[in-house]
Amino acid sequence: MAETRTKTPEPWLDPHAQAYIRVENVTKRFGTFVAVNNVTLKVFKGEIFCLLGGSGCGKTTLLRMLAGFEQPSSGAVYIDGQDMAGIPPYERPVNMMFQSYALFPHMSVAGNVAFGLEQEKIKREEINRRVAEILDIVKLGEYAKRKPHQLSGGQRQRVALARALVKRPKLLLLDEPLGALDRKLREHTQFELLSIQEKLGVTFVVVTHDQEEAMTLSSRVGVMNRGEIVQVGTPRQIYEFPASRFVADFIGSVNLFEGQLTEDEQDHVRVKCEELNAPVYVDHGMSAPPLALCWVAVRPEKIVLERERPASSDNWAHGTIHDIAYLGDMTVFLVKLDSGRQVRVTQANRTRKPEEQFVWDEAVYLSWDASSPVVGMG
Amino acid sequence: MIGGRKFFVPTMLAFGFAFLYVPILSMMFYSFNYSKLVTVWDHANSPTLKWYGLLFHNGRIMGAAWLSIKIATMNACISVVLGTLAGLVLARFGRFRGRTILAAMTTAPLVMPEVITGLAMLLLFVSMEQLIGWPAGRGVTTITIAHVTFSMAYVTVIIQSRLANFDDSLEEAAMDLGARPAKVFWRITLPLIMPAIVSGWLLAFTLSWDDVVISQFVAGPSSTTLPMVIFSKVRLGVSPDVNALATIMVLIVATGVVLSAIVMQRQEKRRAREMQLAASD
Repeated sequence: MAETRTKTPEPWLDPHAQAYIRVENVTKRFGTFVAVNNVTLKVFKGEIFCLLGGSGCGKTTLLRMLAGFEQPSSGAVYIDGQDMAGIPPYERPVNMMFQSYALFPHMSVAGNVAFGLEQEKIKREEINRRVAEILDIVKLGEYAKRKPHQLSGGQRQRVALARALVKRPKLLLLDEPLGALDRKLREHTQFELLSIQEKLGVTFVVVTHDQEEAMTLSSRVGVMNRGEIVQVGTPRQIYEFPASRFVADFIGSVNLFEGQLTEDEQDHVRVKCEELNAPVYVDHGMSAPPLALCWVAVRPEKIVLERERPASSDNWAHGTIHDIAYLGDMTVFLVKLDSGRQVRVTQANRTRKPEEQFVWDEAVYLSWDASSPVVGMG
Repeated sequence: MIGGRKFFVPTMLAFGFAFLYVPILSMMFYSFNYSKLVTVWDHANSPTLKWYGLLFHNGRIMGAAWLSIKIATMNACISVVLGTLAGLVLARFGRFRGRTILAAMTTAPLVMPEVITGLAMLLLFVSMEQLIGWPAGRGVTTITIAHVTFSMAYVTVIIQSRLANFDDSLEEAAMDLGARPAKVFWRITLPLIMPAIVSGWLLAFTLSWDDVVISQFVAGPSSTTLPMVIFSKVRLGVSPDVNALATIMVLIVATGVVLSAIVMQRQEKRRAREMQLAASD
């Protein structure tokens, strides 16, 4: 995994790199409802780009505009430098894997996979060869003669993938590819998707509402909210450096505090939060007017629980443990601060020593590193 | 209570069936009667197939039967084409100007009294003949046209309801794989709605096969359909060969209806099973 990531260059950091897909100021209206609002986006060759957002955020509409099922109300979509305006789905160098898989129920697995090739002028032997080849890649060779309803969910998903890949598209669109699979199968399929993508060098654009799916699959994530793209970045950037309160709140779980900037220096800021016992000290600067209102986000896993009061004068709070959820690998604590505010803290269960376990109603100190909090305005 | 139900339910069921089927069964029964008097059972010579034999040597009846089959077949084929087109337009083309009117108008013949449809058709054909000279006289053509107008309404309803729970993404997937819209229709849509088309065809055939009112209005002197022959024979007094004829017609119609029901039910079962499988995975 880590290896594939380092092998992949990061074309979005190169100002001269040519984007494979360019979405420029695209807006899509349905009547008075704006589904996609002035979206501009670049996706590079070989990327796995995830559009992540809640239901109704416009991610599927954006995907359907790439596939050609919808036309933008305004703006332009370029794929491989070609303007896609007015080009119907059957003439685009794009294939899509549908959320429902949309397998043709009256055709066998091989028939489904061959359908796309039959639309081109390809000889029958060539079609049969390529169908067999792709079915081998998705490990469905022996199921070629079955009908879709004789397959399990995971097998159907792979048929849908094979059918979309057999035409060797330069760009594959995937609509909630793992949505219908159970947890075990999802993890397995995720890694299979990655290895297939690597083997065939296809560019993927994935739509999902599942952040875990987005995190593990993608080279970059575009977070969408109400028809707009609110942040684009690597999974790590999105998680550790959310650009807005929405992204911080949407990705993973987070403790958000309202506060006021009291110190804003080149190398640090200090925020006074009513709900915390001590000021929040962050070891990077930001530029904001003095005493401006701001928000501070601290991830649950970045908070440390202690019985002793921390030595530092910053970055701590005091409270009692209100609730404990033991999950095996880690434990989730809900801590009620002195201010009455509840804070979520997760701790890895590193040892089995009973004296290290916290119990209900125990008084604890919360602290975190100065690099952990994210501060933002608005 | 349980005992009461044990007795009550089967009794009511028997009464219900008797109410529906005793008339038909008695007609079938008397079709095997030897006597010329319909309701007098001739113990000596019955049951007999005499009237069935006579039927097949009656040129007028056999001619009318052949004509009815021809008209019903043509009607079924034309109705299926038009009804499928109308059903497709209503189910697929979204909201266009005049859609509501089209939806109401295509299904209106379902509730229109047949006498009115028949009369209106007759007036139309007569004035068309005066204006453009077509259709020249009344006959097979006019009967077929008149039957299509009401049969296609039934086909439209069947096709439309089948398309209503048709997964649109199947057509989109086919298009995404490079198939043009016409190809998508022939390779994907048509095979998947075929069961509805078949049952629509059978229904249209049956509707035309036993129609007498509308045919009465638009038929010409040389084009008498089978139900019309029966009707005219009964008017001159019930003759036993009508019983035999009616029995055969009932069997044909019943076969058609049962076939269409089986086709629909099979399709339904398969869909349910596929859905269940999909849900269990």
